[in-house]
Amino acid sequence: MAIEEEVKKDLEGRFGGVLKASRVLRPRVVQVRIDRRDLLPIAKHLKATGFEHLSCISAVDWVTRFESVAHVTSWSRNCLVEIVAEIPHDNPKIDSLFGVWPGADFHEREAWDLMGITYTGHPNLERILLPRDFKYHPLRKDFPQEVDRQYVSRRKLGGG
Amino acid sequence: MAQAGEQHGDAMWINMGPQHPMTHGLWNLRVRVDGETVVEALPEIGYLHRGVEKIAEVREFHKVVVLTDRLCYVSSITWSHAYCLAVEELMGITDKIPARGRYLRVVSNELQRVASHLMWLAAYGPDIGLLTGLLWALRERELFLDLIQALTGQRMNQNYPRVGGVRNDIPATFPRDCEKVVRHFFKKLEEYESLFERNKTFRMRTEGVGVLSKEDAMAWGVTGPNLRASGVDYDLRKLDPYDAYAELKFEPAVARGGDTLARYLVRIEEMRTSCALVLEALKKIPAGPYRVKAPRRAEGQAFRRTEDARGEALFYVCGDGSDRPYRVKIRSPIFCTMSAVPTIMRGNKVADVISIMGSLDVCVGEMDK
Repeated sequence: MAIEEEVKKDLEGRFGGVLKASRVLRPRVVQVRIDRRDLLPIAKHLKATGFEHLSCISAVDWVTRFESVAHVTSWSRNCLVEIVAEIPHDNPKIDSLFGVWPGADFHEREAWDLMGITYTGHPNLERILLPRDFKYHPLRKDFPQEVDRQYVSRRKLGGG
Repeated sequence: MAQAGEQHGDAMWINMGPQHPMTHGLWNLRVRVDGETVVEALPEIGYLHRGVEKIAEVREFHKVVVLTDRLCYVSSITWSHAYCLAVEELMGITDKIPARGRYLRVVSNELQRVASHLMWLAAYGPDIGLLTGLLWALRERELFLDLIQALTGQRMNQNYPRVGGVRNDIPATFPRDCEKVVRHFFKKLEEYESLFERNKTFRMRTEGVGVLSKEDAMAWGVTGPNLRASGVDYDLRKLDPYDAYAELKFEPAVARGGDTLARYLVRIEEMRTSCALVLEALKKIPAGPYRVKAPRRAEGQAFRRTEDARGEALFYVCGDGSDRPYRVKIRSPIFCTMSAVPTIMRGNKVADVISIMGSLDVCVGEMDK
């Protein structure tokens, strides 16, 4: 069995009830979609089965909800799992992965800084890229951007 | 928190930065020293934050390439290339990229990698008191920039990769020029080795300094040459091949020890590998088109990762069906390596901080986004 099918089957067998969706995106890549409360058990299981490297944590603002997307890599098994955790928009909190992969430190600080998602259990959740006294989370969709002045497409100039 | 210069018993905080020759850019490393020994280090970054991710949301997919070029000014092509791969995945045209385009991407990426490593070597020389290293490495970097200029028209910020392929074909004399430069460069690399490795001062300042163990490197998400210097044989060009890498023969450079010298050795070896890859790709390059027309709009989420000159670069791109990305997330390898700096620094001498930070190849542009 190919590695991605193997990992998908393992996750489905163990967390069948809590996975909202699971699919193979392409060779060596599996995607699972979960609710935020199920993040830590899945992360711990992945860590125990050879996924030793946390590639990235990305936060996305979908206006009705937030998503915290973790890309977890196993170098030794040559596979990557994309964990999409859904977070309600009015209560942007999720468990920190710092205890599982220390590399989550800067990623979560960045997601807090730019998107305003609180990672509970993070030892030092402070702003990292923006100044400490900055009051907003600029990557949120309600943070305005001067679209018209910054960028006018040729089509718009032509009236179309 | 204690202020810089304030003393606690025998320990003292020192600010190395934001304006310090060690930083190679603009960031601050706060180190707490007990006598000459570093007991704690805190990187402070964000001085160069330009909000690339936010600006990308109001530009069309194809026009973000101009921004990703400027993420890292010494390694533009590799960054734009990673972005284009992610957008192609999002648009579902990954399989449609013409073979010639894929080979041209390998050629441009590897030339850029050598130019980036030479820039690192040039900066690293003066860090440890070898000014000749700066002059020599910049001299050879110029040859590679000439090649890149012949290929793309620009020395820096080339704007070369495109969603769907590359911007233009190679000029007629390009393979011959490449061969000439590489042959010359291999000779010069031997000179570098005698200048650096056989220098007693260089070895004293690098051997056993700033050791990063395999376990720490993996736990903190260190990737690229810095990871391979810790004896881990992981290279995304090999493990998760993109473009034409699966069709080319090469072995990623690995060194043992995880110290500053090992990181130097890996990069030197990697320049050899990259040069060989360029020549091999130019030999095998098929004829045909080098770009396909990509759609304007895209919906969904996609990510791709590449082996950047500094490690694992990952782009996570979301689209909402319009002609602009809904969200672009950039995973910068140096941003992650920076979180391992406190671990690397602990127990080293304060004079070695410069040697260690230099060996990590920090690029503030991509770190602060």
